[in-house]
Amino acid sequence: MKLVTAVIKPYQLDAVKEALHALGVAGLTVSEVQGYGRQKGHTEVYRGAEYTVEFLPKIRVEVLTDEIDVEKIVDAVITAARTGKIGDGKVWVTSVDDVIRVRTGERGLDAL
Amino acid sequence: MEINTGNTAWLLLSSALVLLMTPGLALFYGGLNRSKGTLNMMMMSFSCIGLISVLWALYGFTLAFGTNGSSGVNKILGSFSQYLGTGTSWMNEIWQVGGQGIGIPTYVVMAFQMMFAIITVALISGSLSDRLKFGGWVLFALGWFTLVYVPVAHWIWGGGWIGANLGALDFAGGTAVHINAGAAALGVVLVLGKRIGWPRENMRPHNVPFVALGAGLLWFGWFGFNAGSELTVDSVTSAAFVNTQLATAAALCGWCLVEWLRDGKPTMVGASSGAVAGLVAVTPACGFIPPLAAILLGIVAGALCALAVSLKYRFGYDDSLDVVGVHFVGGWIGSLWIGLFATPGVNAVVAHKSLFFGGSADQLWRQIVASGSVSIYSFGIAAILALVLKAAKALRVSEDAEVGGIDIADHGETAYDLTPSGGAGGAFAMAGITPPPTGASSDGAAPVGEKVAG
Repeated sequence: MKLVTAVIKPYQLDAVKEALHALGVAGLTVSEVQGYGRQKGHTEVYRGAEYTVEFLPKIRVEVLTDEIDVEKIVDAVITAARTGKIGDGKVWVTSVDDVIRVRTGERGLDAL
Repeated sequence: MEINTGNTAWLLLSSALVLLMTPGLALFYGGLNRSKGTLNMMMMSFSCIGLISVLWALYGFTLAFGTNGSSGVNKILGSFSQYLGTGTSWMNEIWQVGGQGIGIPTYVVMAFQMMFAIITVALISGSLSDRLKFGGWVLFALGWFTLVYVPVAHWIWGGGWIGANLGALDFAGGTAVHINAGAAALGVVLVLGKRIGWPRENMRPHNVPFVALGAGLLWFGWFGFNAGSELTVDSVTSAAFVNTQLATAAALCGWCLVEWLRDGKPTMVGASSGAVAGLVAVTPACGFIPPLAAILLGIVAGALCALAVSLKYRFGYDDSLDVVGVHFVGGWIGSLWIGLFATPGVNAVVAHKSLFFGGSADQLWRQIVASGSVSIYSFGIAAILALVLKAAKALRVSEDAEVGGIDIADHGETAYDLTPSGGAGGAFAMAGITPPPTGASSDGAAPVGEKVAG
């Protein structure tokens, strides 16, 4: 099993959610995060004094999946999240040892 | 003499306009401040409305505008008893200017001048944000009002040595209000010290729309401040009104121009600050100079104040919201402008020749002596008051209180509810997601309003 994690621009969340829904992804988790990548933050000037805003608001999307669907999911996320401008975010995939559904106690692929 | 209804109505309206400037100032300063001290910032303005109004009626007005029987004493301070308290004996008295009744009850003049005293003290607070004990502020306001504002108002407008003997001019308060408050701000700041983390830490304005709203209210109220200062309604009133608008508009352009050239982008904070700088600068001169000189004054004041607010970084004093850079510098520019452009063609009160209307420095040196004297006096007394408060441990809040926020430490309240249940947004708001309500917890302790579905 795999965990697909994407850090994306807030305004792209709707598109990513739609794309994952179209693939039949059963569930996902989103959280508010702050950070920066290559675009760094930005500077603002007030009364001649420069201030650097280092951390920008982002959204982290996490999806659990089996190994068969993982590439489709990654492709769907990057297609939906891409604006072509710096700051679009990143997607990474990690292996997951086990998954347990809390309500039933099902494990592994059955719990997805 | 009977009451002149036109003059009186205008001065009553002007009084209300000038009062509105102080809540405007609270928004202007509150928005420029960091969020954790914004209520304290606004409270420093609002507390002046409370405290100074009462003190003005009790003893401020008579000491500033009463006439002392001894002409020697009258040069320094007004009468101790003429308008002491809230005597109804002078309720029907008509105010005199130059021995002539102007058809306005003395009560109305008292109310009008009260609003000036309030905002002058409040102006100082902008340099002291986030670190001055609120109790210390109240004591400072009491002391500075009594020892500085009241006598200086008398020197300039109440028949004291600056107005009556020196012949320096100050139409609506360039020296009495802005230079006075600006010099005091510098005096206190040097004793009070910098905010923890300044200038290394990010202390950008937390609410720019507040800044713009505050500047707008100040601009609106300033018509009462400037055009009202003629007291009556005549050609000088109209000149003051028009000059106020022109100089302020030009200063807004001047400040933005500096930003555009230097930083690449004009800002809303800059436009608001430029407007205030223009209002400050035109205040002393608005009733003495022609409109073209007012436009020039605005451009110069807007540009110079935009540059002057950077001086604190060079010299290392934490004038938090630039009271020195805007009010002290702007007030001086306006005061000197009288020496350059004042003309009897606008106001018959102009008795000495200015540089561009008569080719003489006769008025200019009087302006320098007046503004210089008030600068030194106000700076000195303010610094002494701060030193006394410091010795009494009433000046600065503890480090914990300052870092945690003076709003919580000294007032027990916060400006904004930033918890998700209070509707705060962040990235989720940008993404169009509303955070789930946190009130309905599993132990059944749902908010009363949500128990209907039970």
